[in-house]
Amino acid sequence: MKKLLLSSIIIVIGLMFIGRLSYLQIFSFSQEQVLEDPAIKAIYDYPERGYIYDRNSKLLVGNDPAYDVMVIPREVKAFDTLALCAMLGIDKEKFIRELSKARVYSPRLPSVLVPQLSKEDYASLQEKMRHFKGFYIQKHSLRYYDTESAANVLGYISEVNERDIAKNPYYAQGELTGRTGVEKEYDDILRGRKGVQYIQKDRFNRDIGPYKNGILDTLPEQGNELHITIDKTLQEYGELLMHGKRGGVVAIEPATGEILAMISGPTYDPSLLVGRERSANYSKLHYDSISRPLFDRTISAEGSPGSPFKILNALVALQEGAITPETTITCYHGFYVGGRKRGCHCGGGMRNMNVGIFRSCNAYFAGTFRKIYDKFPTTDEGMDVWEKHVKSFGLGGYLGSDIYTGRPGRIPDKEYYDKWYGDNRWSSSYIISNSIGQGEVAATPLQLANMTAAIANRGFYFVPHLLKKVENKDISIPRFTEAVHTTIDKRHFEPVVEGMADVYTKGTAQGLQIPGIEIAGKTGTVENFTIINGVRTQLTDNSVFVAFAPVDHPKIAIAVYIENGYFGARYAGHIASLMIEKYIKGEISRKDLEKRMLEKTLDREYAKPYLGEEFKINEHVW
Amino acid sequence: MSGRSVLKRIDWLTILFYLLLIGIGWINIYSSTYSGDNTSIFDLGQIYGKQLLFIALSLASIIIILALDASFYERFSSLLYLVSLVLLLGLFLFGKTIAGATSWYDLGIFNFQPSEFAKVTTALALAKYLSDIQTDIKTRKDQMYALLIIIIPAILIIPQPDPGSALVFFALILVVFREGLPLYYLGLLMLTVLVFITTLMFGTTWVGIGIVLLIAFFLLVKKSRFKVPMLPLLTFLLVAIAFSLSVNFVFNNVFEQRHRDRFSLWLRLEKDPTKLEEIRKTIGYNTYQSEKAIESGGFFGKGFLEGTRTKGDFVPEQHTDYIFSTVGEEWGFLGTSTVIVLFTLLMLRLVYLSERQRNDFSRMYGYGVISILLIHYFINIGMVTGVLPTIGIPLPFFSYGGSGLLGFTALLFIFLKLDANRLNEWN
Repeated sequence: MKKLLLSSIIIVIGLMFIGRLSYLQIFSFSQEQVLEDPAIKAIYDYPERGYIYDRNSKLLVGNDPAYDVMVIPREVKAFDTLALCAMLGIDKEKFIRELSKARVYSPRLPSVLVPQLSKEDYASLQEKMRHFKGFYIQKHSLRYYDTESAANVLGYISEVNERDIAKNPYYAQGELTGRTGVEKEYDDILRGRKGVQYIQKDRFNRDIGPYKNGILDTLPEQGNELHITIDKTLQEYGELLMHGKRGGVVAIEPATGEILAMISGPTYDPSLLVGRERSANYSKLHYDSISRPLFDRTISAEGSPGSPFKILNALVALQEGAITPETTITCYHGFYVGGRKRGCHCGGGMRNMNVGIFRSCNAYFAGTFRKIYDKFPTTDEGMDVWEKHVKSFGLGGYLGSDIYTGRPGRIPDKEYYDKWYGDNRWSSSYIISNSIGQGEVAATPLQLANMTAAIANRGFYFVPHLLKKVENKDISIPRFTEAVHTTIDKRHFEPVVEGMADVYTKGTAQGLQIPGIEIAGKTGTVENFTIINGVRTQLTDNSVFVAFAPVDHPKIAIAVYIENGYFGARYAGHIASLMIEKYIKGEISRKDLEKRMLEKTLDREYAKPYLGEEFKINEHVW
Repeated sequence: MSGRSVLKRIDWLTILFYLLLIGIGWINIYSSTYSGDNTSIFDLGQIYGKQLLFIALSLASIIIILALDASFYERFSSLLYLVSLVLLLGLFLFGKTIAGATSWYDLGIFNFQPSEFAKVTTALALAKYLSDIQTDIKTRKDQMYALLIIIIPAILIIPQPDPGSALVFFALILVVFREGLPLYYLGLLMLTVLVFITTLMFGTTWVGIGIVLLIAFFLLVKKSRFKVPMLPLLTFLLVAIAFSLSVNFVFNNVFEQRHRDRFSLWLRLEKDPTKLEEIRKTIGYNTYQSEKAIESGGFFGKGFLEGTRTKGDFVPEQHTDYIFSTVGEEWGFLGTSTVIVLFTLLMLRLVYLSERQRNDFSRMYGYGVISILLIHYFINIGMVTGVLPTIGIPLPFFSYGGSGLLGFTALLFIFLKLDANRLNEWN
């Protein structure tokens, strides 16, 4: 037995080791180990982010080289701290703080000491930098904006956070990603694909050559350049006009659904969110809770559409046979709902559709609205039909555009009112405000512009979008290139469009006719309220305007929504008219009109709720 | 006896295993220390170049070992033993300190480590003593003498300090067991170790319950005729529990933190991930890196000179004590299991050779050789793969080092010489 003992021990030990090794090398082994191998470091080569151009190939966003001052703490030799601080333009305390932070991070690895030097600083530093051992300058690229406009359209980029990394394994710490706008929506097209180089490291984290002679390395793929549908000139001009005004302006090319301009006021210079001052600037914009420059009013502000919505009610009534264009309704300088009179500014008298539109008669549209519902045995059925028609214009829901954020607006349905009043306890009179675009309907300027485009096209629209070309190739995304048809027959549009054209010739926007361009539009003056110290307080009416031109072959459809601008024909009407002229003619013939818009601001209106005293609204002087 | 007959009778199979192990060892030393520059493999400025020289010296020494008369080793074993003790003593006066251990003589061209030499002479001396006609291992006195032969060099080596090498000598007890030391000593020793480990892992309560259950099981399955000595059994139970309690006391009050850390790393006692990470970075760094390196090799390995962790020098002492992790990373499971199989075959072959000796001295020396190889192999690979605590001793034939290689070569080939000579021994 003793003879066998030693042999057994030897065999048992052998088996034990084989077991342990198979556990380590077969069961614990996984292919992903390369990623956590401390001996292999991936160095990424970031491609330049794609440029963004406007529809006419004018540059909107490019890249600028930026220069970071880097430090490798271990390699720093004694140096003149004050001289370096003076060169870098930072104070000594901050410098020492940053340097010790870098040392804590790693004495052997480079850290950013001063990020994003300006080009001028770089030029002067470049020469002197080599006198300071352990410091050097590293180049990378930053977004460069060739315009001060379109910040809301373009969006901005920033470093990825942990959520982004968890969501998309492509990203690693410190990389940039689009946050809003086009930068966000088309991030993967713009950013390209980073290249990677695997480096063999030793345990002191020093490079000792390429891993596997570089066979796993990849080259970066360049970012793609984009053309977006925005017209730079029009966008910039629109932002000038919006100076001192709050609201949104959206212009669409009806034949394609391409968004020509998308102006949110107030806005900000996109280059504020680039470079060293980025976070300070961002905070400033973010915490401006009164004018909210980061809030994109073109897609996120849901307001009552006001009178432009009357056009839809007219179309629905025609489609359902509730009226003909010749049907007349009498306006008693207003109309009665449940014994209460609601006012009208149209002048009173017999109104048919044409006059109803160009005079914007409230009584006419209240009557029309009732007639729609009267066609159906129950209010519920009438509501369903009305909702279907109105929603077919892209209201009350997301449009499916390529704009990252936004709100759906609201078109109420029967469930909505059932909840409000109770089942079968409401009728068209209860919801009569919707006839004139007040009440429960709400829409964003983008939706209003799209609605106008659908009217301009006499019955269909293309989903509004911003992407025009990728790498100079026109997009062929069915979502954007196939027409969406409304539920209104084409023939019903003509009388309505005629009424809209008359708005300029004989109606509410007479002074705004553009010489030589036949134009159709609709004013809107929208009551609105705010809450001041817990009291519901009415503010000066919002000024709304939708228009398209030319009437026959529309090139542009526009919606303008100006908060507290009073009459539709004032601010909104002016801006719409000037924008259309600018886009179609390229220059403005009515200099006085333009001057008025460039100079006038609504700051006085916007200050009112914050004055802490009584104020008047809807003042006639302007 | 002529040289030709040695070559005829020598066990070529053992030599084949020996050469394979040395060859594979050198390839991995080359890979561990290769810097990427294209220098000659004979470059003596490089570790692998030096090891090649040591291999050449070892091969040369084989000729001398085989040329000497077989009876030389038995006759001079006592003298050689004394010489090695003197050399070990001399280290206290003339020793050269490398990495904190005074274990070397500086011989100019290379450093000589007498503890490697002492392993051979102690194995010879023990065999000589046990094979003496007057020695009766059944007596306490002779057991003590045998133990002294083993312990004296170990005691001289411990203060160098080199506890790892000292530990190796205790493996020679296996020889004494083979020659008649009652096995229950071994059983008791193993039980002690078992109680020690299980106490640390599960606590005294569970150990007590475990032992009681074991005794109960034993009482249940025993043959009814068998009369159980109840008193010794109860004594054993009490002693075991007392020992278990003392383990806790010693562990918590006598051990230093670094010892505790070693044990908690080995027995995976630490569950707190932050502390575990801390241990991995400090005391457990070597083990962790070596385990990771082996694991990263997978089944097929990364290939010769392709080991990223090896190249990055992540595993410390990779060309000496941790050489096996290079095998693991670059040659994968195929490589590691080949090495394990080679060692296993070599030692089994040596057991076979020992058992066929007619001469007691040769057999006992053979067992000494196996014991020394076995403990080196067991502790080293156990340490590198993370199943044993860190005890720094080299892997025979593999690890870089001249004295080690020469020592192991001498150890092995003296036995092969004795084996080749076995038929001539009638006197």
